[in-house]
Amino acid sequence: MADSRGGPLVLGIETSCDETGVGIVRGHTLLADAVASSVDEHARFGGVVPEVASRAHLEAMVPTIQRALKDAGIAASDLDGIAVTAGPGLAGALLVGVSAAKAYAYALGKPLYGVNHLASHICVDQLEHGALPEPTMALLVSGGHSSLLLAPDITADVRPLGSTIDDAAGEAFDKIARVLNLGFPGGPVIDRYAREGNPDAIRFPRGLTGPRDPVYDFSFSGLKTAVARWIEAKRAAGEEVPVADVSASFQEAVVDVLTRKAVRACKDNGVDHLMIGGGVAANSRLRAMAERRCEDAGITLRVPRPKLCTDNGAMVAALGAEMVARNRPASDWDLSADSSLPVTEPHVPGEASGAAAPHHHGHDHVHEVSKHNLYS
Amino acid sequence: MLLLALDTATPAVTVALHDGACVLAESRQVDARRHGELLLPAVDRVLAEAGLKLDAVSDIVVGVGPGPYTGLRVGLVTAATFGAVLDVPVHGLCSLDGLAYASGLTEPFVVATDARRKEVYWARYADARTRLTEPSVDRPADIADQVAGVPAVGAGALLYDTVFTGVRREAPEHQSAGALAALAAEKLAAGEELPAPRPLYLRRPDAQVPANYKVVTPK
Ligand SMILES: [Zn+2]
Repeated sequence: MADSRGGPLVLGIETSCDETGVGIVRGHTLLADAVASSVDEHARFGGVVPEVASRAHLEAMVPTIQRALKDAGIAASDLDGIAVTAGPGLAGALLVGVSAAKAYAYALGKPLYGVNHLASHICVDQLEHGALPEPTMALLVSGGHSSLLLAPDITADVRPLGSTIDDAAGEAFDKIARVLNLGFPGGPVIDRYAREGNPDAIRFPRGLTGPRDPVYDFSFSGLKTAVARWIEAKRAAGEEVPVADVSASFQEAVVDVLTRKAVRACKDNGVDHLMIGGGVAANSRLRAMAERRCEDAGITLRVPRPKLCTDNGAMVAALGAEMVARNRPASDWDLSADSSLPVTEPHVPGEASGAAAPHHHGHDHVHEVSKHNLYS
Repeated sequence: MLLLALDTATPAVTVALHDGACVLAESRQVDARRHGELLLPAVDRVLAEAGLKLDAVSDIVVGVGPGPYTGLRVGLVTAATFGAVLDVPVHGLCSLDGLAYASGLTEPFVVATDARRKEVYWARYADARTRLTEPSVDRPADIADQVAGVPAVGAGALLYDTVFTGVRREAPEHQSAGALAALAAEKLAAGEELPAPRPLYLRRPDAQVPANYKVVTPK
C-alpha cells in the first residue's frame, strides 16, 4: 500500500543535541525538513549546554511538528509511522523528542520507531542520491562524533570500524575557533577564513597516522594542542597571528587524516562507495579533498547537501521509512531515550516483536557478509 | 467533559481520567528515573481501564512543576503533543496544588516536594484549594522559622521533618493525577481560567561560561 505512493510516509523527530528537527519523507523523497535551533543560546558558553538545549526542545517541539506538516502538505493521519532519535545524544534532550514522538504516534494510532542517530546520518543520503549501496562505507564527522562505519544493511547491520579516541572533529574546530577568538560554532568560520589562507603554510601534526597506530581511529587532541601552542608562540613574540593561514593549515590537517583513513577503509573492505555525513561534512575543504581522493581511488563519493548533513529530522524520517519498507518491528511505548545507544543498534525494536536477532530480514538481497571484503 | 491529567514533575508518574464528576481511572507509579518509560504505558492503561480511547478526551491538564527538569518535561511535552493532535485545550496546574488539594486540609499549611540538591520546592496554602504564595525553591534550614510547627504535606516535608515539624504523615506523600484532575475539573466548572502549560523550573540552567581558553604552552 505504502509503496504504490512511492514509499512509506514517515515523520521523524530529532532532539539529540541543540537542533529540534522534524522531517517528513515518502520513501526516498524529502517532503519537509523543519529545524528550530538553540545554537545562539549556547554561543556565549562556547559549547552546547544540555539544560538550555532541553528547555528549547520543549518550547519548539509542537510548533516544529506543525511547521513540518504544513511544509509537506500532508495530513498527519496519512503517516505510516513516526520515527525518533532514541540515541545516542544528550539524555535530557533526547527525552523530549522521544516523549513527543510517543505521544504523537499514540494519539494518531501509528507505529513508533526509535532509531539510532548515527545510522540516521547515513540513511539521509537516500533523500539526496537514492538507495544506499549495500554495503555503504560512511565517514560521520560532527561536533559530537567522528566515526568510520560499515553498513551492510542500514536497518539491521552497522559496524564500527573506527572512531575518535579523544575529541570529535567538529569539537577541534570549535576549540581552535575559540583560541582564535572567532566565536562558536567554529566550523563555518574557520572554513571561511581558510579559503583566504595557505593550507601548506604551517605543517601541523596528523594524529594516529604512524605505522603502528590504529588504522581507522582518529585523534584530534594533539593537533588542537599543537595549533594552540603555535598561536601562543606568535602572540608571545608580539607577532600578529595569521588567522587565515592557521585556519587553512589546521583544517588541512583534519581533512587530510579524515579522507585518508576513509579511502583506506573503502579499499581495505572492498567498498566502492563512500558516504560522508555529519555537520563537518559541510566543510568545503573536506568535500573537495574527498572528491579528489575518491576519484583517484575509483570510489564514488556521496555527500548530501549541507542542510541534510547537520542534525535534522529528515534523516530520522529517512531511516524510519527504511524500517517501514523492510518491515522492521516497531518500538514499544516504554521506549527509552538511551544517551549511549550503541551504533550497532540501528533501531530499538519492541520486546514482543522477538526481533532481537537482526538477521531475519524480509528482503531478498542478503549478503554473504565476510569480515574482510564485502564485495569479493 | 473528559479530562486527561498527567503529572511527571516529582518522582511520581501519574495519569488520571476524570469525567467532570469523578475520577474514572488512575495510575500512580513512583520511580524518579523512569518518567519517560512509564508515562505512555500508563496513559494506555488508564484509558483501557475506563474503556475509552484517547480521542474521547476533551481537555488535558498537566502538572507544570516545580520539579527537577528532566522528568518534568516528559509530562509537559506529552500533554502538548496530545493537545495538538486531538485539537483540545491543554491546561497547566502547579503540581504543589495537586498535593494540597489531595490533603483536604481546611487550616493553613505548607506543601513541600523534594527538589534534590538538599532543597525543597514549597508554597503556603490557606486551605486545600487556596495557595497563598508563589512556589519557591529553598534549603530547608533557610525557611525553618517559616514552616516550624505549621502543618506540612508532601515528600519534601517528610524528608526534612526536623524542619517541617508539623508534617502530616497521614496526608498523601506523592502527587496524584486524580487529585490534580479533580481540582482542574472544579476550577473549569467554576469558569476559572487555568494557567498555561509552561514549566516552573525555578532554577536557572546549570551553565558555566568558560573562562578564556586554557593556555597550553608549558611555562
Ligand atoms: Zn549528529
